[in-house]
Amino acid sequence: MTEKTPYATRPAPDLEWLRSLRNIVLYLARTPTSAFGLLVLVVLVLAAVFCPLIATHDPYLQDLQNTLAPPGGAHYFGTDELGRDIFSRLLYGSRITLTIISLVTIVVGPIGLFVGTVAGYFGGRVDMVMMRLTDIFLSFPSLILSLAFVAALGPSLNNAIIAISLTAWPPIARLARAETMTIRKADYIAAARLQGASPARIIWRSVVPMCLPSVLIRLTLNMATVILTAAGLGFLGLGAQPPMPEWGAMIATGRRYMIDSWWLVTFPGLSILAVSLAFNLLGDGLRDALDPKQMNRR
Amino acid sequence: MKPISIRDMSIRFGAVTVLPKVSFDVAEGECFGLVGESGSGKSTILRCASLLLDTWSGEARIGGTSVREMSPADRCRTLQMVFQDPYGSLHPRHSVRTVLSEPLKIHHFDDHAARLEQAMIDVGLPVAFLDRYPHQLSGGQRQRVAIARALIVEPDVLFLDEPTSALDVSVQAEIINLLVRLQAEKGFTYVMVSHDLAVIDHMCDRFAVMKLGEIVEILPRSAIVGNQATHPYARELIGASLSYENAL
Repeated sequence: MTEKTPYATRPAPDLEWLRSLRNIVLYLARTPTSAFGLLVLVVLVLAAVFCPLIATHDPYLQDLQNTLAPPGGAHYFGTDELGRDIFSRLLYGSRITLTIISLVTIVVGPIGLFVGTVAGYFGGRVDMVMMRLTDIFLSFPSLILSLAFVAALGPSLNNAIIAISLTAWPPIARLARAETMTIRKADYIAAARLQGASPARIIWRSVVPMCLPSVLIRLTLNMATVILTAAGLGFLGLGAQPPMPEWGAMIATGRRYMIDSWWLVTFPGLSILAVSLAFNLLGDGLRDALDPKQMNRR
Repeated sequence: MKPISIRDMSIRFGAVTVLPKVSFDVAEGECFGLVGESGSGKSTILRCASLLLDTWSGEARIGGTSVREMSPADRCRTLQMVFQDPYGSLHPRHSVRTVLSEPLKIHHFDDHAARLEQAMIDVGLPVAFLDRYPHQLSGGQRQRVAIARALIVEPDVLFLDEPTSALDVSVQAEIINLLVRLQAEKGFTYVMVSHDLAVIDHMCDRFAVMKLGEIVEILPRSAIVGNQATHPYARELIGASLSYENAL
């Protein structure tokens, strides 16, 4: 017994994790719709990372000799009212979009998960207080509420992110709570309690892993709404401020020239459409990929 | 190792009184059975005594100390429970290693690797199974993991909530033999809930027959064979079980 070497402790769980990630990606790639979503997102990320290399012009460089030029060889998607290259602006705009999505998700996921699991696990009065708070946030249309927040905080990209985060967590909390309530009576939770695990430990180690798949799916589906809200705020002039190449703001400024110069609004609009569609399709695909029955089959 | 004494345990859920007033004693190192039809309150007694339910009145003492007065850590290291359904009692996303090392971390045990290994050997599982997940184990193996999880905190009392009813007959025998062996080795006090009088006959020294939350009669094991129960309900239950076995 004493001569036995200790077991290789860590690698196995890590491998398991990597393998399930690979399985999920493979599964998504097999379904055409989610494969499309995945592809658009890969393109988006690549565009954001490599935009200085891909972009043909400086997105902020004005050329008043060459305003409202139609799409062509020199400017793939044409130029806007100040002669800036729309293609390059779209590429740089993907950075802003990604920033918004990732920041909102980083803020919203943990808050929603925390409120939901705590309310669901403890029930009773804690549940009551937390859920009524959630109800208050849910009872406003999210765009109106974010508008109010931005109006109070002052228009800027960061404030738009804060405002969107404040309005996006309640559905996540609801979802996590529902999920928690279905498992809190499970025998493995009872076993954990009998072993002296504190509520915090049970929530973190036992409840959160069970809620995570559905919360991830919901977050992915939410990203489409987040993009649309951010674009909406940008369009109303309350999000990213000029001259930042935010897609919604680009549409807002292009609106005045829309009749004569269709490319000013079309390309940013198509980008918003493609990315939010991609997140929706990916979320749908993830729902199937993260289904426990599917996981077990592999 | 420690005797159990339950006095006037009663609990109600809304308008329904599940346990009116239940009292019984279990000697140290004894295996005590609880039998009765579904809904007669057998499992509720275990859940109350382990404080998974704590809206009951009365008293449950283990080794002379009331379970309510024990610190949570003490209570965990005094009593543990094995659940009915091994498919539901293991966290689907925790490996066996995680399941077993959680209690070691909570109670600040030393030497985790050796304890994990010993627990696996105790319940007759290969040590290599530590890195498996519940869905990679059979029902019997899962129940062994559940037993190992209960053993690893070195309790004095084990509550067994129908530990074999979700398992195949041949696997049932393995688990029962394992439980008998563990009791012989470590001298646990068992309280076991079961539907199956054959299991009770094999394992328990004494058993209580329950009906609608009340203990109608406490009998020694030897009373099963000749159906020596005096209470009519207990006679009926044992008679039904005996005639079923004869029919097989």
